[in-house]
Amino acid sequence: MSMRRFVAVLSFCSLSWMSACNGEPEAVSDTILVGEYGSLSGSEATFGQSTHDGILLAIDEINAAGGLKGKKLEVKTYDDQGKTQEAGTAVTRLITEDHVVAVLGEVASSLSIAGGRVSQNYNVPMISPSSTNAQVTEIGDMISRVCFIDSFQGYVVGKFAYDHLKARRVAVMFDQGQAYSTGLKDDFIREYTAIGGEIAGEPQAYTAGDQDFSAQLNAIAALQPDAVFLPGYYTDVATISIQARRAGITAPLLGGDGWDSSQLAQIAGESIEGSYYSNHYSHQDTSPAVQDFVKKYQAKYNKTPDGLAALGYDATKILFDAMERSPSLDGKDLAAAIAATKNFQGVTGLISMDENRNAIKPAVIVKMQGGIPTYVTTIYPKGTEPAPTEVPPVTPPTADTAAPVEPATAPH
Amino acid sequence: MTTLVQTLIDGVALGSLYALIALGYTMVYGILRFINFAHSDIFMLGAWFSCTIAGLLGWAVGTPPTWAFIVVLLAAMAACGLLGFIIERLAYRPLRSAPRINVLITAIGVSLFLENFGQLPKIFGNTPTKMPALIPDIALGSFAGVRLSLVNLIVIVVAVVLMGALEWLIYGTKLGRAMRAVSYDTKTAALMGIDVDRVISITFVVGSALAAAAGFLQAAKIVAVQQPAHVSWVQLGLKAFVAAVIGGIGNVRGAMIGGVLLGLVEMLGGAYLSSELRVVYVFTMLILVLLLKPEGLLGKTTVEKV
Repeated sequence: MSMRRFVAVLSFCSLSWMSACNGEPEAVSDTILVGEYGSLSGSEATFGQSTHDGILLAIDEINAAGGLKGKKLEVKTYDDQGKTQEAGTAVTRLITEDHVVAVLGEVASSLSIAGGRVSQNYNVPMISPSSTNAQVTEIGDMISRVCFIDSFQGYVVGKFAYDHLKARRVAVMFDQGQAYSTGLKDDFIREYTAIGGEIAGEPQAYTAGDQDFSAQLNAIAALQPDAVFLPGYYTDVATISIQARRAGITAPLLGGDGWDSSQLAQIAGESIEGSYYSNHYSHQDTSPAVQDFVKKYQAKYNKTPDGLAALGYDATKILFDAMERSPSLDGKDLAAAIAATKNFQGVTGLISMDENRNAIKPAVIVKMQGGIPTYVTTIYPKGTEPAPTEVPPVTPPTADTAAPVEPATAPH
Repeated sequence: MTTLVQTLIDGVALGSLYALIALGYTMVYGILRFINFAHSDIFMLGAWFSCTIAGLLGWAVGTPPTWAFIVVLLAAMAACGLLGFIIERLAYRPLRSAPRINVLITAIGVSLFLENFGQLPKIFGNTPTKMPALIPDIALGSFAGVRLSLVNLIVIVVAVVLMGALEWLIYGTKLGRAMRAVSYDTKTAALMGIDVDRVISITFVVGSALAAAAGFLQAAKIVAVQQPAHVSWVQLGLKAFVAAVIGGIGNVRGAMIGGVLLGLVEMLGGAYLSSELRVVYVFTMLILVLLLKPEGLLGKTTVEKV
């Protein structure tokens, strides 16, 4: 069979299949199906698991309150194992087989980009709870997110390192295989040098397959930097921190929200003590929205919610809020409603979408103390800093002191 | 200067792991003329067995005794040795007279099976775990800024001891002579009264035990043990395979030299040129060796009749 004929047959098949899909009468059911894809297994498994827990908590609450005009929300979840190709497959399956009205996910930016392209192609809205790389929402108008982006996160960590730690020379080591890591590295370097900081030596790169990072860490140790910025994910960061201490690096390590996992302290132990990372919220925040969420989450799962759980919860609540405002559950309408979100009171702060469908909100810096990410400070986006009436200030329970106020919380 | 010496130490420590894994590839190739692609998974299982055994013996919490690591190392080697025996018996022996491509595809199948079976929730699970601290994480003093950690010293010492034992086994015992005879000419060896099946089984057991030792050392050093299907296992196995080819596949001493050389090249390149290209140095070296000395550093030239 000639190639052309083969292609013709193939496209005919797919056409008839597509029309079969469209011709299907709208299934009359009393549930609305929302899709979720996440890394429920793999090196970043706690990302997917926490997000999933947050989403389920929100869905339960929405359904208990009556759902959407009497229809219950239901979530269909696929595990992408933290693999890019699986993320694309999972979203395709959610849309073409399960006919979800919207997609929630992913955490890792590379995976959100893979899944987002599929979502955009099928005109199904997708909300990423916690992917911070700029490219995610640049895919198109169907994609939005409820977290800040890396250009802000780079600014937050840079400002904290310069103002708070008084670090003037920071070394950088990043994962060259992750869009999140390479993007955050660039953003940090730009923002930190703009304030006046200096990057010690060349940024060191690693890949997930390296495992033995001594080549990179020896180079960093020789530079004697004031701090080391590691924009990676928690399993790698734990491994690197252990080897960094072995290589004689005593400076504090700095990171972004990719560190946010209970596994970090479990694996790294002593090595990660006294290091800082920026995050979307702190469970020690005393504001009622946060404490209410922490209490509900602990009652359901018997563990302390991390930032990803809070964002999974917020993403679901924002999706539901948009569903209520949207004239229909059609992809275009729903995406427009999500993009129009203004001053939504979420657990992770007051959420408004900017023109690129990215949430504008402050970040917190936490310090690893006794294996618990302990609240240190809040950093606001440039220009919105001293506006306590507009943005509810996050009151530190223990500003920079050793023990968290609420020892009742299980090790995070 | 400090950095150079430090990099050399770390390179040798990394290289000894490659060498231990490479030995398994090269021994099997030497005797059966096929690449055992499941070997990197035996290495992975060595790491996971070590974690599991240490956990079962109650050494995951508190301070385990100093000899704990030897117990776990030997237990993991025994477990993987047994597994190597079973794999050869069930998967490869029935294909002994089949074309080599069949065995190769079977090896890939065994590799996929081990990875994914290991990921089952009831087996090892699909998330990384922490290796219990059997070897205290301390530095053995620093000499003019050069640091040698206890774990790196143990990695090098265990690797040297095991390679010494292998040398003795192959060149100093009757069994070793039988192995060399089978490797030289299987049919003639059989005619001379050597039990070829037994020799092949022992080769698999020894190769798998060495990979398990490498797995234990890797886990002790890296602490975070990645889930069985993680890319790093295959990548480390692949580098060890490159080491075996560089040393001359089928040559035991070549695998040792190739492993250490590869570790040094990777570390020196990473420290002095660019860390982004660590994998590139490995494969550049492979290409150079294949171009300039295709039989490997210590390999023998063979004439292939067409």
